[in-house]
Amino acid sequence: MERKLLLGVEAIGQAAVDAGISGVYAYPGTPSTEITEYIQHNKTAGERNIHREWSANEKTALEAALGMSYAGKRAMVCMKHVGLNVAADVFMNMAITGINGGLVITVADDPSQHSSQNEQDSRFYGKFAMVPVFEPSNQQEAYDMTYEAFAFSEKTGLPVMMRIPTRLAHSRAGVVPKPVLDENLLRLPENLMQFMLLPAYGRKYYQNLLDKQGWLEELSEKSAFNNYFEGKEKSLGIVCCGIAYNYLMENYPDGNCPYPVVKITHYPVPKDMLQQLENECDELLVAEEGYPLVEEMLSDFFGKGTKVSGRLNGSLPRRGELNPDHLAKALGKELEKPLEMPETLVGRPPSLCAGCGHQDTYDALNEVIADIGNGRVFSDIGCYTLGALPPYNTINTCVDMGASITMAKGAADAGLSPVFAVIGDSTFTHSGITGLLDCVIEKSNVNILIVDNETVAMTGGQDSSAKGRIEKICEGVGVNPEHIRLFVPLKKNHDEIVRIIREEIAFNGVSVIIGRRECVQRVAKMKKLNKVKKQA
Amino acid sequence: MKTDIILAGVGGQGILSIAASLGAAALNENYYLKQAETHGMSQRGGAVVSHLRIADHPIYSDLIPTGSADLILSVEPMEALRYLPYLSPEGSLVTNTAEFKNIPNYPELNKTFEELAHKISIIRIDADQMARDKGNPKASNMVMLGAASPFIAIHDDIIIKGIETIFREKGEKIVNQNVEAFKAGRAFALQK
Repeated sequence: MERKLLLGVEAIGQAAVDAGISGVYAYPGTPSTEITEYIQHNKTAGERNIHREWSANEKTALEAALGMSYAGKRAMVCMKHVGLNVAADVFMNMAITGINGGLVITVADDPSQHSSQNEQDSRFYGKFAMVPVFEPSNQQEAYDMTYEAFAFSEKTGLPVMMRIPTRLAHSRAGVVPKPVLDENLLRLPENLMQFMLLPAYGRKYYQNLLDKQGWLEELSEKSAFNNYFEGKEKSLGIVCCGIAYNYLMENYPDGNCPYPVVKITHYPVPKDMLQQLENECDELLVAEEGYPLVEEMLSDFFGKGTKVSGRLNGSLPRRGELNPDHLAKALGKELEKPLEMPETLVGRPPSLCAGCGHQDTYDALNEVIADIGNGRVFSDIGCYTLGALPPYNTINTCVDMGASITMAKGAADAGLSPVFAVIGDSTFTHSGITGLLDCVIEKSNVNILIVDNETVAMTGGQDSSAKGRIEKICEGVGVNPEHIRLFVPLKKNHDEIVRIIREEIAFNGVSVIIGRRECVQRVAKMKKLNKVKKQA
Repeated sequence: MKTDIILAGVGGQGILSIAASLGAAALNENYYLKQAETHGMSQRGGAVVSHLRIADHPIYSDLIPTGSADLILSVEPMEALRYLPYLSPEGSLVTNTAEFKNIPNYPELNKTFEELAHKISIIRIDADQMARDKGNPKASNMVMLGAASPFIAIHDDIIIKGIETIFREKGEKIVNQNVEAFKAGRAFALQK
């Protein structure tokens, strides 16, 4: 097969299609978005017309995929790490029901928080749910492991988590693909009560999951994806998880690391391999991308056993993504002093695009805030979060998807008035609607600004589930139509926007103010796409 | 053979088409390649960087270790300076001189570059102007790739093939404009 130049995320998308999935389910989130986009543009996926639309959020995505698995077909779900918090309910419980058709959940973690609120490590979720986790170290492994993960899921009867960090997700390399497999046929579960978690069933299935753990460890031990590399120098044994292996080997360009190394890319951890390493070596170094999961498992609580170094004892940094220099230092190599960054250099943070409607909304909101004081604007996750930075400094919070509305409600409950929630259209349909329902039921005194740019903008302009529906959703949830207000965020409408906001502050109850103008990037993207279509 | 390149710029300036052209060239030659990109939040006008590694042997790390890049290729002058710690003492810096000022405190850089020129090999080129002269302002990237090409261990004919592959969909005229831009940038660097 011909070698293709693919991003890690694209390799995973290609492998999922080649493994015969009948659907991909996802909500956009950096660094996972391009998996679904790749499948949406893939020829085989188009010819087979597999499911490849965006879901409203990660929970609906994972549940729909579980339904597809119930029906016997293979499904893939993709999300960023914090998306798994949203989908955690179904994730924990599907480990107990098990699967029918192969089900793979790709979770893209973001160490160093390039585009995220935190750098949580999804392997902990895998361990928590007691399901197998694959953590490829390079693009070819990302392809190979995804391709095999569906069969492995069917063999073990469990969902499999593919865990990748940003650096693998968004790095390109040559990948050799495998033959395209047929889709599974429709096939109901043999036990029609398999997905019934009434306590009487749930207890039994949980016991089944516990009973499987020994077998999962055996499979890890024998897995082609876990390796023991011999080394002559036994003063140190090194455990590398996922891409940390690359950063170790970068320090030995000829491929000869003198120390014995266990490379882990398939969890649960291979116990015997680790035991052999501990037997042979004086002390251990654990290098893993993310939180110190394996290091904590191997670390000796009472300090009487083998010394284990890594992120916990400062040999490697406690937070942030690793790199070859970190490993060099941990191995005691002297690094030459590099050239310095000139002092004249200044930062260049991201900013709202020229012509973006959020600018006009924030200009108007700032004029109102000047009268009522700072500290009252709860916000959310999207491009508009950049309103926290100069020159706007408008918003005060960004915690998790949908929290703007519910935090504003809580602050209103506490007596703060007036309060604002600023939320995007897609974030609103992702997790804002239920919070709005709480506000409506209690007639909370909140002013909710839905900044509607008719797309999921920050992740590159995907279709928003909210498109054309926001007023109707708000009305349906029970917001008084007189207090659902609409404006177009343009400079020339500044006075009108300020007036609308002031009028709604004066109303004691739920106000929804919608500022609608399409994202300038999305407009440009669609123009380009239409041009290509016309030419074709 | 190996060439480790830091590609720098501002989100939206399109450093990825430079990377894609070199990627296509490397693939044609059956070289190994790794190319780490910046996606997400920084693409909204922030500083973006791509680590591009080409070699005739397998490459482990997606990231270039500090002090070992052979080349910094920047489409914006201030961004060229941000990644200096990655550059090998024997490495070269090739940068566009056209400043992208989307911040209020953009510094004066001439003195910094003059001082730096005593330490490392630098090529500064007004790629935006040269691209305009060649009839396609958008081809500024390819001027930059041309100016950097003498420092990349792939034959220029192969890189041109890579450019042709990347722009093929857009038609012959666009392909030719980008190839001409590449050649102009290369000629400028070779005269220096």
